[in-house]
Amino acid sequence: MSEQITGAQSLVKALEHAGVDVMFGIPGGAILPAYDPIFDSTIRHILVRHEQGAGHAATGYAQVTGRVGVCIATSGPGATNLVTALADAQMDSVPIVAITGQVSSSAIGTDAFQEADIRGITMPVTKHNFLITNPDDIPNAVAAAFHIASTGRPGAVLVDISKDALQKMTTFNWPSEVILPGYNPILNPANSEVVAAVNLIAEAKQPVFYVGGGLIKSDASKELLKLAEFTGAPVVTTLMARGAFPDSHKQHLGMPGMHGTVAAVTALQKADLLITLGARFDDRVTGQVSSFAPNAKIIHADIDPAEIGKVRQADVALIGDLKNTINALQIEVEKAFKKAKPDIADWWKQCNGWLNKFPLGYDQPSDGSLSPQYVIERIGKIAGPDAIYVAGVGQHQMWASQFVSYENPRTWLNSGGLGTMGYAVPAAMGAKVGLPGATVWAIDGDGCFQMTNQELVTCALNNIPIKVAIINNESLGMVRQWQTLFYNSRFSNTDLHSHRVPDFKMLAEAMGCVGLRCETKEDVDRVIQEAMAINDRPVVIDFNVHRDAMVWPMVAAGASNDDIVVAKSMAPIWDSQEL
Amino acid sequence: MATHTLSVLVENSPGVLARIAALFSRRGYNIESLAVGPTEDSNISRMTIVITVEGHALQQVIAQTNKLINVLSITELDPIASVQRELLLVKVNTSPETRSQVLETAQLFRAKVVDVAQDAVTIEATGNSEKIHALLRVLEPYGIKELVQSGLVAMERGLKPGTSSL
Repeated sequence: MSEQITGAQSLVKALEHAGVDVMFGIPGGAILPAYDPIFDSTIRHILVRHEQGAGHAATGYAQVTGRVGVCIATSGPGATNLVTALADAQMDSVPIVAITGQVSSSAIGTDAFQEADIRGITMPVTKHNFLITNPDDIPNAVAAAFHIASTGRPGAVLVDISKDALQKMTTFNWPSEVILPGYNPILNPANSEVVAAVNLIAEAKQPVFYVGGGLIKSDASKELLKLAEFTGAPVVTTLMARGAFPDSHKQHLGMPGMHGTVAAVTALQKADLLITLGARFDDRVTGQVSSFAPNAKIIHADIDPAEIGKVRQADVALIGDLKNTINALQIEVEKAFKKAKPDIADWWKQCNGWLNKFPLGYDQPSDGSLSPQYVIERIGKIAGPDAIYVAGVGQHQMWASQFVSYENPRTWLNSGGLGTMGYAVPAAMGAKVGLPGATVWAIDGDGCFQMTNQELVTCALNNIPIKVAIINNESLGMVRQWQTLFYNSRFSNTDLHSHRVPDFKMLAEAMGCVGLRCETKEDVDRVIQEAMAINDRPVVIDFNVHRDAMVWPMVAAGASNDDIVVAKSMAPIWDSQEL
Repeated sequence: MATHTLSVLVENSPGVLARIAALFSRRGYNIESLAVGPTEDSNISRMTIVITVEGHALQQVIAQTNKLINVLSITELDPIASVQRELLLVKVNTSPETRSQVLETAQLFRAKVVDVAQDAVTIEATGNSEKIHALLRVLEPYGIKELVQSGLVAMERGLKPGTSSL
């Protein structure tokens, strides 16, 4: 007979069997039994300061490593504090597993102390979740959770375990395989569809590769590069796909969408074929759907069948893992192009026209104050393409997506789908834990930073030396930009007054980090270099930047992408040759 | 907008109904009727869901529902190639003058009288929605005191290839 152990021991053993090397969490009453065997485990547990931080850290870890990130919390408020991070990971298809303690099974449903129906609460924001009340079920649930999180379209999975299940005796049996009859991700596209797709590619005069975050999840950058170079078609990478295709590549038109490049946005609009790879026609990309890419046929490749036709009807659907799909396309395209390679020289003439005429840019503030775009651009130049960049949400996020050059996948982390302010610091912490050798820069706003900066304490105490650039414009900048543009510059509740309250330099020092400040253009490089030289502690730089800088280009929410605005009151001038 | 009948096989595990309901609610799908019950396999339940959606939205409903881990299969049932039934219990006012007319109506619809009181009879009827509606229309003038109706349950006609005759 197998050895008798507690459910808690079984849980920790199961996590070890699942290959977990690190988890982020905070103990509490209901999860307490699990924390005793964690004390003896080989798994590194990082004690965070807020459960939301644990969740985003797991996400950051997963995004840089491609492995499942793990967070752990107690019942009730511990679990509900994870909800934002779970929703965030699920929206961006990041594989994370959350373990939560639940009140004892006899107390479930009685409004017990620290009871929350976290399974019910997280149903809409997870790929799947479990409530375990029998200790014998723990290994199977953990195995299934990791399998579900990491396969198919990745996502967030929660395993809620009642306290008595953790305390009761059980035996440990790790399943040799996970059997989920209702879960069978399709890995290879139908051959007939591949042929149909290639027929469209062979006929297209104005094709564009519309590349989304799924490409990074599938680790298919090399395959994309090969296919893109073979076909010669332009490539655009969405906010979630920055780094999937090198920014320096001459076929790259940049990012499409609300704050995309004119070339990328316009190429999608004028295309006759979109080869959509792991992208989901998000409203921030399409603008007004009815006028999006009006003349384009759509090839839609995704591992999630429910993405096909959700927003835009597809002419050809390629359901499967993108790496397999692209490899299959490559074989068929090579066959087809042997017969006749389509001539897209005219199309490139147009695309290059947009690229040359409307490059990304920004003005230096006329009053001599610091330009936020300049700061971000310099960080990107000095830290280089091997560093990891993690943004919060808002203007600084858009600038970081525009003015840092990404050459490699998994070097750009941000909260794309949910748009979670406060994502950067904890996600950067997780990224640094996942890749301790990498330089990790959190590029954060002063608003975002004030939501989750407590995790710098965790970083300082656990030897996680991340670097944080606060792009401090003393306001909720993106909201302020919208107020400027759409609300007559009535700045209702967007002024954070964070010039010196809080004093971010002193706050950083108080949390065990190095605090630096930069107020002039001349100091930017020196301060960044100073931060780059510090590797034994986290560093925070308070960059005091001009507050009226705006993110351009812009397509207003719900407007047509044809109405892209390069800078305030300046739409691109389309002459007939360009159109 | 058209009405569609979906036959969904799900694992018989806690929370499955909540997952389906939460998905439909979150994505804004309108459920006309929903019936859940056991199947020949005690680990599996069948849900029959009637929804009203337009055009390609149906494919979305099916694809999104299929993503739920506990959903084993989902098929749209063709009304002609399937048997569709609802159950109705209706309590109708009767007086000594009208009672025989009500009983006759029940007989015409091959419905059963399951309870008789001084001033009312309770009728049990099964059938497709048209039949149930027709019966109610005829009974309405007598005065309906109370009625309860099940969701639609449905099954494909004939044998699917590979299914046993048991």
